[in-house]
Amino acid sequence: MKNHTLILSALLAGAFGSVHAAEDLSAKVDKLVASSFKPGEGQDMSRLVQDDTQKLCSKTRNNPSAKDADAINKRERATIKYPDGNKLMGDWKNGEKLVKGGFGMRIGAIEPDKADKQKGGNGGNCYACHALDPKEVAAGNIGPSLTGYGALRGASDDIVTYTYDKLYNAQATVACSSMPRMGHNGILTPAQVADITAYLVSPESPLNQK
Amino acid sequence: MKRNLTVKGLTALTLALAAPVAMGEVSVEEYRAMLADKDANPGFLVIDQGEALYKTKRGPKNASLEKCDFGLGPGKLKGAYAQLPRYFKDTKRVQDIESRLLTCMTTLQGFDEAEIKKKLYADQRYNESNTELEMLAAYVAYQSNGMKIAPPLKHPAEKEAQKVGEAYFWNRHGPMDFSCATCHAEDGKRVRLQGLVNVYNKKDIQATMSTWPTYRVSHGVVRNMQHRMWDCHWQMRTPDIDYGSPATVALISFLTHQAKGGTYDLPGMKR
Repeated sequence: MKNHTLILSALLAGAFGSVHAAEDLSAKVDKLVASSFKPGEGQDMSRLVQDDTQKLCSKTRNNPSAKDADAINKRERATIKYPDGNKLMGDWKNGEKLVKGGFGMRIGAIEPDKADKQKGGNGGNCYACHALDPKEVAAGNIGPSLTGYGALRGASDDIVTYTYDKLYNAQATVACSSMPRMGHNGILTPAQVADITAYLVSPESPLNQK
Repeated sequence: MKRNLTVKGLTALTLALAAPVAMGEVSVEEYRAMLADKDANPGFLVIDQGEALYKTKRGPKNASLEKCDFGLGPGKLKGAYAQLPRYFKDTKRVQDIESRLLTCMTTLQGFDEAEIKKKLYADQRYNESNTELEMLAAYVAYQSNGMKIAPPLKHPAEKEAQKVGEAYFWNRHGPMDFSCATCHAEDGKRVRLQGLVNVYNKKDIQATMSTWPTYRVSHGVVRNMQHRMWDCHWQMRTPDIDYGSPATVALISFLTHQAKGGTYDLPGMKR
């Protein structure tokens, strides 16, 4: 009997050892975070609190199991909100301003973004990671190039909705995507997401010119 | 298309059609070449300032920092930075160069830690000169110039810092959902035109870690690794990460171990 228990324990340790190790490490990281940021003027400690998706993506190093990925997709899809009147194609000209802007939401006591400089809300900061307008040289490459996005895909309702959803919450389709959940996390409003959708899809957009 | 295109016109056209990224890379390369002129590094002035400050009797205890122990014994600076972060018996924790400086400034000189932390970094928006902390770190680090990056990994706390530091590297938080790994776990990535280090690429991370503290041209001052940690967190839209905090030290432990075997080339010079 004792032998059986031992064998069983060994089997369980083999099967669940790595899971337990990951849990253990996550708990240590939580402790690290709790002791490394100090509340005070200009700080917002709530930003350090992870939601379930952030927790899972951290623990699995952005490599969730198929089952977890499905759960993330489902949960994140349910967060998507559309603008008043469900108009997902907004104003591409405003979208163009938004994709260029990288301003907003930086906090703390050392160099917080000043509210008076923040006309028109936060930027989408899209060029940090994506190529968009072919005339803009200074584009990052963490995300795929979106140059000619609409010219390649057309502007059907399906494409418009897919684009809006991707911008609003990238993890509704790709679990643990590197892309910030721009709408869900409140970086951009639904109307602003619609403006960027139009910038990507609209045939008039500079992004879709040759 | 007009048929009578001049050679000059053709060249311009070819250039315009060339991948814009490639053109960006050329100018970046030229810029880097200029930055590599070691004799022109203004960081040396800051190192000299740091040396003077290090040897000056200051603080409520009217003492210099010359007896500070960075791991090789009191006053032994040569090569000490090359073996940081490490576990210190007196503080019972793993410390990097900056958190150790804080320890010495409080214990040897009697400064108040909270008071020191009120002004950690020069503010580049107002053309400020380096803070005392920045000068001191630049000086102490420079005493390991030309030496191999060799942080110890014997004490359990050192192993723990490296391991938890790596786990924290993958920790996603804040409104951007970012972790360090979002930008620094793949080769050849850029934010805008700024190249990003892949910490899992040995050459890449050695080139990075061996050149901090570094003179940052865009800031006009020498920055240290603590500032780099703060700056990344600030861009990630988190609250200010605390100077010398366990998370910064764990991260720096992880990064330094990734760069093990590289050779310190100080002070660095970067954008």
